[in-house]
Amino acid sequence: MFMGYSLGDLGSIMAMQGFAGLSLFSVFVLMALGLAIIFGQMGVINMAHGEFMILGAYVTYLTSYIFTNYLPSLFSIYFFIAVILAFCAAGLLGMLVEWGLIRFLYRRPLDTLLATWGLSLILQQVYRSVFGAREVGVDQPDWMMGAANLSDTIQIPINGLIVMVLTIIITVCVYLLIFRMKWGKQVRAVMSNRAMADAVGIDTEKVDRLTFGIGCGVAGVAGSAFTMIGSTSPTAGQLYIVDTFLIVVFGGAQSLLGTVASAFTISQARSTLEFFLSGSMAQVLVLLTVVGILMLRPQGLFVLKVRR
Amino acid sequence: MPRRRVLEGMSALTGAAMLPRTARAAGPPTSAIDTTGLAVTDDTVTVGILHSITGTMAISETGSVEAEKLAISQINEAGGVLGRQIKIIQEDGASDWPTFAEKAKKLLVNDKCAAVFGCWTSASRKAVLPVFEQYNGMLYYPTFYEGLEQSKNVIYTGQEATQQILAGLDWVNRTKGAKTFYLLGSDYIWPRTSNKIARKHIENHLTGCKVVGEDYFPLGSTQFNSVINKMKLVKPDVIYAIIVGGSNVAFYKQLKAAGVDLSKQTLLTISVTEDEILGIGGENIAGAFACMKYFQSIDNPNNKAFVAAFKKMWGEKSVIGDVTQAAYLGPNLWKLTAEKAQSFDVDKIAAASPGIEFKGAPEGYVRIHENHHLWSRTRVGKALVDGQYEIVYETPDLIEPNPFPKCYQ
Repeated sequence: MFMGYSLGDLGSIMAMQGFAGLSLFSVFVLMALGLAIIFGQMGVINMAHGEFMILGAYVTYLTSYIFTNYLPSLFSIYFFIAVILAFCAAGLLGMLVEWGLIRFLYRRPLDTLLATWGLSLILQQVYRSVFGAREVGVDQPDWMMGAANLSDTIQIPINGLIVMVLTIIITVCVYLLIFRMKWGKQVRAVMSNRAMADAVGIDTEKVDRLTFGIGCGVAGVAGSAFTMIGSTSPTAGQLYIVDTFLIVVFGGAQSLLGTVASAFTISQARSTLEFFLSGSMAQVLVLLTVVGILMLRPQGLFVLKVRR
Repeated sequence: MPRRRVLEGMSALTGAAMLPRTARAAGPPTSAIDTTGLAVTDDTVTVGILHSITGTMAISETGSVEAEKLAISQINEAGGVLGRQIKIIQEDGASDWPTFAEKAKKLLVNDKCAAVFGCWTSASRKAVLPVFEQYNGMLYYPTFYEGLEQSKNVIYTGQEATQQILAGLDWVNRTKGAKTFYLLGSDYIWPRTSNKIARKHIENHLTGCKVVGEDYFPLGSTQFNSVINKMKLVKPDVIYAIIVGGSNVAFYKQLKAAGVDLSKQTLLTISVTEDEILGIGGENIAGAFACMKYFQSIDNPNNKAFVAAFKKMWGEKSVIGDVTQAAYLGPNLWKLTAEKAQSFDVDKIAAASPGIEFKGAPEGYVRIHENHHLWSRTRVGKALVDGQYEIVYETPDLIEPNPFPKCYQ
């Protein structure tokens, strides 16, 4: 397929394709981080993860609406405020859900699956009743749309760059939170041995609630970022949930590093295959490979070494 | 919030409007116009509306429900059908195909509906088709679709694929001098069949034209950067896109973000109506061309009255896409057919349908063909920033529906 193209053309396509892979990578990391915290650290199978993302997207929509109508002069920076609001809204709802639903089901993972699936249906219908069944268009300030021209033939999507920066910030924050702060130590202690953590005076209930809240908050941030590249509708969360679980499971559920590594592998494989094959075929091949690898390594790419 | 309230309020209101409230000229006796035990009384006739108002498809189907209710309330205000006011029983298909079949059976067997207006996806239509044939019901189906189907029990008020596709390709070849086409689609029956027809037409009927790429993405796919790069490499004259649902939004946003300028790169789509632009955002799709039979901006008295009535009933902000207009045709065609047949009997309606003309259609004159599809014009519109289309081309004649195109298989 490369016959008849100049080297310059091919070079710029390769550069743009490389960027496409990286931007898919950051989208995947952003999607999966929240779930990696909830599923990986807490062992809760949260089927409503996509709906928490869409909550973030709707918060962004509302913020953009408010800024357009009441604060048009600040519209160009509304997005950053929207991200923070999305984090807070999704996080608070997450804590509420943990308090009202999840905490009763910690020892029953299959029941959490059903309960959170039900929760996702409820949330979808709530969005539909509040915002209408149709997709809403989220306005973006001009500087966030369009492409940066690196050369005559190389254009880099600006929204891809923003997602990338956001992903790096969130990933670093989560890393610091879990591995460098006292609170993170408590989270890890509760996860590895709840009874013992309780015995040494850690308030396990509070830790659980905060962990779940932060996981959901990160999902909200992801949803907010995805208003730039995807659709905002009551059921849009369903578009992300399969990929998200795929990445977390493939990476090894308990390892954040695994999540990042698996997001990288899957995104690169998919964007390369999509370039050479059709989109559907690429999807099929990636899934087949993941299934194959998981058969050989059921625990995923990375595992925490813990004494049992 | 307001939209939902309006919706609920409206359904209550239409319900009230159904009650007999004015003295009407008495129609023919019930025994004469209903010989098969349909739900017809001396002053009412019951019809069904069967669409998804919950689930994924609610996005698309809401407009159809609104248009059908508008048409029915207008017919009732004008005195009803054969002297009878139309009563509506609405069921929710819930975006789930077995549910559609079950509800269709309920509407036909329990409620004895004289006609049903409904379905949107081909999958839901395929699910209810055996039910309508077994219990001899009458379905008015509004969506443009891939063709390859014809039934005594269905009137297809949207366009079948050849009607929608061929004129658009001819137009882009003639006016833009397009020679190379890149076909793109969501991975299911409608885009695949449509692209197959498009490819045959490009390769066999347009001189010197060829297809330089064809790609499909799973439904709901949200990442298009790779295929956009591929298209930047092969530089097709025309991107021919049949992407649906949430993917649509992602595709056009990413196209814009990748620096593809739709005022320079010709893009022709058959899957983006004004409804979809609400989600995509006018600024992301402005400059693209769409090919279908109806745009809200059509300039004729019928359409102006229709748009005004629609906005009055469903709110100033509503937009009307191709399918919404096609859904509006259903009750009107059924009324005209019943009046011609002087009967609600399904067999008589089916037999009387061919040749029925609806001069008041917002899209302009339409007529039912022998094969139960509609003769209609096809138009090309250019997307504007405000989410509307500017019509740039209209076929001079009505196009004959051809659901089983011989040279396109």
